[in-house]
Amino acid sequence: MAETKVKKKKASIFDTPYTLKNAFSKGDAFTRLSCIFMGLGDIARKQVIKGLIYFGLEVAYICFMAFNGLHNLAMLPSLGETEQGKVWDEDQGVFIYTQGDNSVLILLYGVATLLITFLFVCLWIDNMKSAYKAQWLKEHNKHVNSFREDLRSLLNENLYKFLMFFPMLGIIIFTVLPLLFMIPMAFTNYSKIDKHLVLFDWVGLQNFQTVMGMGGKLGSTFWPVLGWTLIWAFFATFLNFFLGMILAMVINRKDTKAKGFWRFIFVLSIAVPQFVSLLIMRTMLNQNGPINNLLIEWGWITKPLPFWTNATWARVMVIVINCWIGIPYSMLQVTGILQNIPSELTEAAKIDGANSVQTFFKITLPYIMFIMGPYIITQFTGNINNFNVIYLLSGGAPTPVGSTAGKTDLLVTWLYKLTIDYQYYNLGAVIGIITFIVLSIVALATYRNTASYKDEEAFN
Amino acid sequence: MSNKVMTYAGGQEYKFKKNHMSAGRVAKNVVVHVILAILAVIWMFPIFWVVMTSFRKEKGSYTAYFMPKGFTFDNYTKLFTETTQLNFPRMFLNTLVVAIFSCIITTIFILCVGYCMSQLRFRLRKPFMNMAMILGLFPAFMSMVAVYFILKALGLTEGNMLYVALVLIYSAGSGTGFYIVKGFFDTVPKSLTEAAILDGCNRFQVFNKIVLPLSKPIVVYTILTAFLAPWLDFVFVKVIVGANADYWTVSLGMYNMLEKEYIYNWYTRWAAAAVIVSIPIAILFMLMQKNYVDGMTGAVKG
Repeated sequence: MAETKVKKKKASIFDTPYTLKNAFSKGDAFTRLSCIFMGLGDIARKQVIKGLIYFGLEVAYICFMAFNGLHNLAMLPSLGETEQGKVWDEDQGVFIYTQGDNSVLILLYGVATLLITFLFVCLWIDNMKSAYKAQWLKEHNKHVNSFREDLRSLLNENLYKFLMFFPMLGIIIFTVLPLLFMIPMAFTNYSKIDKHLVLFDWVGLQNFQTVMGMGGKLGSTFWPVLGWTLIWAFFATFLNFFLGMILAMVINRKDTKAKGFWRFIFVLSIAVPQFVSLLIMRTMLNQNGPINNLLIEWGWITKPLPFWTNATWARVMVIVINCWIGIPYSMLQVTGILQNIPSELTEAAKIDGANSVQTFFKITLPYIMFIMGPYIITQFTGNINNFNVIYLLSGGAPTPVGSTAGKTDLLVTWLYKLTIDYQYYNLGAVIGIITFIVLSIVALATYRNTASYKDEEAFN
Repeated sequence: MSNKVMTYAGGQEYKFKKNHMSAGRVAKNVVVHVILAILAVIWMFPIFWVVMTSFRKEKGSYTAYFMPKGFTFDNYTKLFTETTQLNFPRMFLNTLVVAIFSCIITTIFILCVGYCMSQLRFRLRKPFMNMAMILGLFPAFMSMVAVYFILKALGLTEGNMLYVALVLIYSAGSGTGFYIVKGFFDTVPKSLTEAAILDGCNRFQVFNKIVLPLSKPIVVYTILTAFLAPWLDFVFVKVIVGANADYWTVSLGMYNMLEKEYIYNWYTRWAAAAVIVSIPIAILFMLMQKNYVDGMTGAVKG
């Protein structure tokens, strides 16, 4: 017993004696045998149904591995080699297609098998702990739960298992599995180039070299797109925030009349669904759209302004229109803060003889920044991933001839084009991974300094 | 100038004592109001324009003038009666069905996870929260193709199963979006939940009978956000449903109305569709906003 006392690991309130290590070192024969016959320890302690469930799941897993799983895993290193073949059938006088390997499915099934195996290992550990727990309780003459009591505990001390089960299942199948499936794609030649859409192979880091190398066609596209993504995210975030803040303060001034009316107007514009307002904007600014028509009609310009055909115009326009969409949001948020700003703060400043400019820079602005800090960071990362605005407004246009990305394309819209339009799935996956890295750098560098990261309870 | 200015939506309820404003001050106020008016016009112009276009009698896409020459209600009626080319009523129903089911699943998932993260303590709680944050950093589109293959492997990309696929897309992974709900549940006083447990409630009853009824604004907010998602998204539909027009949702259908082959005939009807879709969504959005503000400011007091 002495070694448990000098345990170096930090003690947690969740620590129990029923660990995997103890199950092997202190478990009796039944408990130890549970590592082969899952559920045996539980059955020996009269938790028959629970034990049978463990055993049933083990049998199911073994069957799955025997019939599909091992084959899936064995195919993973080669990703399949048989091409779809054509054989001339003399009797029927037709070509018969023999089924070839489909690398995508091999990869998907392989990754899914790995994931299932991982979950099975978790189940196996859980089984060992459960077996030892039953043994430990028996040894200490404590009550061992019956199956009915186990079920009831799902509504009480084990409620989290019950409530989290289905959400976790959804996340694993529709968020984690797709990611685990996409990441390996970045290391294959799964792309339309050289017709590797059915059969493809591992190529190591080659795709990363293609994308990030300065020389090639894609490399010379990547760096400008990354640069524009960061410029866009910076302007889209800070212009929106500061202009929205100014608007909120102008409306919130003491002398401004009909405050509710002004606010209503601006909020109305964000209540319209974004894809509708973005499409409206796109058509309005079209080469022969209403704005150009009106300006020509009024004689202000002689030929249409190149809103979406000139790179600089297009870039400025997406930022400006994003302001149109984003300013009301930040106005709404800042208004809420302004109305809740503790009046002692501003009044104390007034008594101290501060004028309104000083009050703003010393009191109001820091207060707003304190509350809005995390929000601005989220906005920044959100703007790096801002697919809708770019895709619906400019679609990345103008696109130079022969390039896969337009002048207003962000990493995400480029990723979309590469995968959906061009079917360069491997390069799309590379861009996705790079976007993730950029985001995590931004997020890690900034989140760590915000109050909500340090003090979780202060999140709201 | 010591009187308090009331600022409620509606804007009528502010008191103002007689003040002796200096000339400079009056000028400044005039300038401010003029600027606000100009901004309001800029913000309202596109909306006003699309409403005007939806009533425009002349066919064709772009016109060289702002006010339509003739007004008609035909664009609205035709949108619902002429369904051979693009079937708007069907798109509307598709979206409604998908929205209702995904709303139910998403709401349950988010509330359950939010409650676990906020009120229950277990070993995997923090790891789960970190995982949710990391997952949130991956661009959603990165895994879109992968999701498509998974749905295909599950046999959900053909015929009516597409509805199931769409519902799953919007709801299955929603458990990671628990932050706002968790933040609200955190404000439910511990004394209340502990008292309930002493009175013999199990933890599920605490969730069901105490925490949920106390959290109405945030529950309403969650329901509305979940309901709106399928109406606002169009990327996922585009990838999953693609060219199969029978299963288009409103947003994808409207995106396609502006494609070259449709735009001449469908432009004014597109505007009508924009108005029809925007009105209910705008109302729901306003409700959501109100509940969000209520949820944030009127959190449960101990």
